[in-house]
Amino acid sequence: MASWIPLWLHKLGSPPTFYRFAGTLRPWMLALALLFGLIGLYGGLVLAPPDYQQGDAYRIIFIHVPSAWMSMFIYGVMGMAAFIALVWRIKLAEVVAMESAPIGAAFTFITLVTGSLWGKPMWGTWWTWDARLTSELVLLFLYLGVIGLYHAFEDRRQGARAAAFLAIIGIINVPIVHFSVNWWNTLHQGSTVNLFGPSSIVWAMLWPLLCMTLATKFYYAASLFRRVRTDLLALEGGKDWVRKIAESEA
Amino acid sequence: MSSLQTFLAMGGYAAYVWPAYAVFFAVLIADSVAPRLRRRRVLRELRARLVRQSTRQNQARQSREPAHPTSSPP
Repeated sequence: MASWIPLWLHKLGSPPTFYRFAGTLRPWMLALALLFGLIGLYGGLVLAPPDYQQGDAYRIIFIHVPSAWMSMFIYGVMGMAAFIALVWRIKLAEVVAMESAPIGAAFTFITLVTGSLWGKPMWGTWWTWDARLTSELVLLFLYLGVIGLYHAFEDRRQGARAAAFLAIIGIINVPIVHFSVNWWNTLHQGSTVNLFGPSSIVWAMLWPLLCMTLATKFYYAASLFRRVRTDLLALEGGKDWVRKIAESEA
Repeated sequence: MSSLQTFLAMGGYAAYVWPAYAVFFAVLIADSVAPRLRRRRVLRELRARLVRQSTRQNQARQSREPAHPTSSPP
């Protein structure tokens, strides 16, 4: 391993260390997710004023947009972990990539369903084959493809490598989702929140949206940690540190 | 109309807003329950494997040592 990687990072990559690290952090991630979630929901559903064009229907934004961001963010994490897994054959990276896929699929599914429920009253249709919606649907199929390929192999690690390859190829879809509203004419509205440059959304609506965004990020961390811990136990079944855990948690 | 009713009515969009929130929570709850069940199953399988290993070791030890060792002559 290259010497520029700090020792602690190298250690963190070892399954028993990461198992303990994730176990310590997980309850905090879950608590932060609940805290920011509750504040965000109260701000979004109760405190924020109705939209001057969309009335109260716009309140779907507080779950739709954070979920949509997560669908792309998790794909990015999965793609990076998949790359590390293929190049350096690090077991932990494989596990992170493969366990990110179901969470990403869940957020993508939420994005599509809530978007549909928002589209019906605003656009008059549940679904349209435009660039943004179609590329998000492709994102869901990519996640499902990664999950399916992973489970199609008898050998877990061989399956992880094949699925990691698909995950890396699929990264091309993430910028397409993001820029689709600029590149093509679409029913979907353009972005109202911008990382660089001014956002066209009032503060009373923006802060609950940011709270929900943080809540979904922390939720992802909590869910990922739980899944990775279980996977590490299953993969390292014969080793001493796993035996101790299996015996102590009888 | 009470303020709670006004809140639940969502300005006439209740049929769209509340199902959206219901889907959000239902999917995330399913996402947190599934790994919990899997963790329990993995731990159960690990313990079963440990039990099998220890009985195999005991059997191996017993076959090596005869059940009625001949007493050494005085």
